[in-house]
Amino acid sequence: MNDVQALMTKVLVALIPAGAIHVWLFGPGLLINCTIAVAAALAAEALMLKLRGRPLVPALLDLSAPVTAVLLAFALPPLVPWWIPVVGTLFAIVVAKQLYGGIGFNLFNPAMAGYVVLLISFPIEMTRWPGPFDGVTAATPLDQVNEVATIAGGWEWLSLAVLAGGLWLLSQRVIRWPIPVAVLGSLTVIATVFWLLDPGRFASPAFHLAGGATMLCAFFIATDPVTAATTPRGRIVYGVGIGTLIWVLRNFSVYPDGVAFAVLLMNMAAPALDHFLRPRGADAR
Amino acid sequence: MVHEPGKSRRKGAAPTGARMHGGLKLEPHKAESTREPILRGPRPSELVLPLAQHMGAAAKARVAVGDHVARGQPLADADGYLSAPVHAPASGTVVAIEPRRIAHPSGLATPCIVLETDAADHDWDGLHAHPQWRDLTPEQVRTLVRDAGIVGLGGAAFPTHVKLNPALTVDTLVLNGAECEPYISCDDRLMRERAAQVVAGAEILLHALQAKRCVIAIEEDKPEAIAAIKTGIAAQRRRSNTSDFDLALEVVPAIYPQGGERQLIATVTGRRVPSGGLPLNVGVVCHNVATAAAVAAAVLDGEPLTRRVVTMTGDAMAAPRNVDALYGTPVSALIAACGGYDAPVDRLVMGGPMMGFALPGDDVPVVKAMNCILAESDAIAAQRRRSVKQVQPCIRCTACEDACPAELLPQQLHWFARARDFDQARDHALFDCIECGVCDAVCPSDIPLAAQFRWAKAEIRARDDERSRAELAKHRFEARAQRLADEKREREERLKKKQDPAAIEAALARVKASR
Repeated sequence: MNDVQALMTKVLVALIPAGAIHVWLFGPGLLINCTIAVAAALAAEALMLKLRGRPLVPALLDLSAPVTAVLLAFALPPLVPWWIPVVGTLFAIVVAKQLYGGIGFNLFNPAMAGYVVLLISFPIEMTRWPGPFDGVTAATPLDQVNEVATIAGGWEWLSLAVLAGGLWLLSQRVIRWPIPVAVLGSLTVIATVFWLLDPGRFASPAFHLAGGATMLCAFFIATDPVTAATTPRGRIVYGVGIGTLIWVLRNFSVYPDGVAFAVLLMNMAAPALDHFLRPRGADAR
Repeated sequence: MVHEPGKSRRKGAAPTGARMHGGLKLEPHKAESTREPILRGPRPSELVLPLAQHMGAAAKARVAVGDHVARGQPLADADGYLSAPVHAPASGTVVAIEPRRIAHPSGLATPCIVLETDAADHDWDGLHAHPQWRDLTPEQVRTLVRDAGIVGLGGAAFPTHVKLNPALTVDTLVLNGAECEPYISCDDRLMRERAAQVVAGAEILLHALQAKRCVIAIEEDKPEAIAAIKTGIAAQRRRSNTSDFDLALEVVPAIYPQGGERQLIATVTGRRVPSGGLPLNVGVVCHNVATAAAVAAAVLDGEPLTRRVVTMTGDAMAAPRNVDALYGTPVSALIAACGGYDAPVDRLVMGGPMMGFALPGDDVPVVKAMNCILAESDAIAAQRRRSVKQVQPCIRCTACEDACPAELLPQQLHWFARARDFDQARDHALFDCIECGVCDAVCPSDIPLAAQFRWAKAEIRARDDERSRAELAKHRFEARAQRLADEKREREERLKKKQDPAAIEAALARVKASR
């Protein structure tokens, strides 16, 4: 862990098991989306660096743009039209990242910003997920979150693979434990409480943990260091905020999953969390 | 009593597991210079003694060119409370008092007393030995320490007598033998060879502070020094046969910067020195082990501070070792005493690789703060420069936050420094940064954080200075305007009085009457 490039490489490596499961479940759509998104991301990054009069190296080689592209591709349904990853990536890199000043200066998680733009603009394309193994387009299990839902066989394998990659990132100290623990912990607690109160109306905690983008969010998205809170207590509150918002949005919003909105909302809160929740040593007020 | 990590502690000691925040394991590079015993340094024909080699006001010369001086005679007096005298390390003749280049990164010349030494080596008789120091008052001990010119020998060179005059009650003296920075080993060798002197110094310091408990803290990677101090404490306990003082040895983890004052206090006592405060605020005073030895020499033997142990090391040093050098000795003479260089030298560093600075040359004299001379070869320097990468933007990974021994948020301070948001930087305890450089070492973006923080501190100090000067000028201006207004009013009143018809009448009447 000696430079940015090494950190980003490890994030990409940690996504390999999840990618393999994804292809096993849904076919090679992910690989196509990844290729398109990475190409669009590098092109957009190069163009913006040029327009901003910044050197292409090392910014183009730090692999942060490919990481954004791959995370976005993981969030897309596998059979979307080719221009969906292009539009999403362009927004992520051009608007959410480079217009804020490039790596390190962006306020919002670029992949999630790109995803939300796609979700709002092209809701039909963005919610057409095939069922595992069959290639037939169906609603995602999270569409039925308000009814008693069970996870379609296979999704839990994807979540386990993401979890495995995330644990490896933890062991490599690329990410730290507080945010994943706070996201998963708060989601588990709140989901358990409501499930126990009314199991006919609210989905089980297992459903929330294994379904949708929960694991991807906890280990790969909420942990994006640039846009997350950085103080010890700030990280806990940040993670609890995301976990809580995921549950609220899944149950009470019109969108099937709340991960992207939850992350973007807490991105906005991160600077304030870092300001007010400093460790004792960094507080001379 | 010996406390080692993991063993049970008695009441009042640090809670088990208390330690400083963060830190870094570094390659120690200590073995190179600790194999040989301390070498008695040469007596060069010329000694150059800077008047400012301590924190505070420079000393004031009390000798004139041409004076013959004895060994140990004061050459310059402390100028005020926060200052220290300078003594002659050898007998000889004062041949000049003039600016010379000294051990400072600027390479600028500052006033020095130049002494031509002679072989007479007669001692000055002004300082006396006090083997019965227990009969002295703390005030008298302080005076002895001040008159001996003792300053902190850990590197800061803060006048010791000031730290022996606490405004608050002190219950614990911490003797710093951590020596956490790579390459430096002068305290290690000193503790191995002069443990009795260190322990005696600890007792005298306790007496001066009117404190009961002393903890001598040594990093775990110095087993010989630990054993020597252990023996020293046992011997002292047998000899003094009193329970006046509680001397304890604390073995602390070998992690940089464990020897930082606040960091060591946190590890040893579990107490946290408040932001902007002093160890005194938590009932602690911290001295270096070499300072304690110097205090023992001054009080027990009447020996002023005229020499210190300097670690001569680095990959270009032919025979690295520790040298007990006279102040004023040119660094080049010490290098010669260590066999010279065995590789082309890129730079000489005073202090360690983390917090030291490059010397302007090897002609500068040994001063009280000089704990180590590091000779870096061309080959190693080229390697170091190659490893310096292009600075990339901060990605807020918090490697620096995890490693910061002061528990600061370097990633936030970095933003505030960049944005010149100095109020926020100060609010985030910028001034508690000890500039240890751990954040630089762990930063994946190779950002020179410590340098940015140094710069921000200097900017804030300059701004504060300017503000207070502007404030003063404003006061002066207002006072002057007020004075002018007052004078004008008085003049007018006088004039009015003169023009008063009744007064004129009266005056005329007086004149008439006198005729």
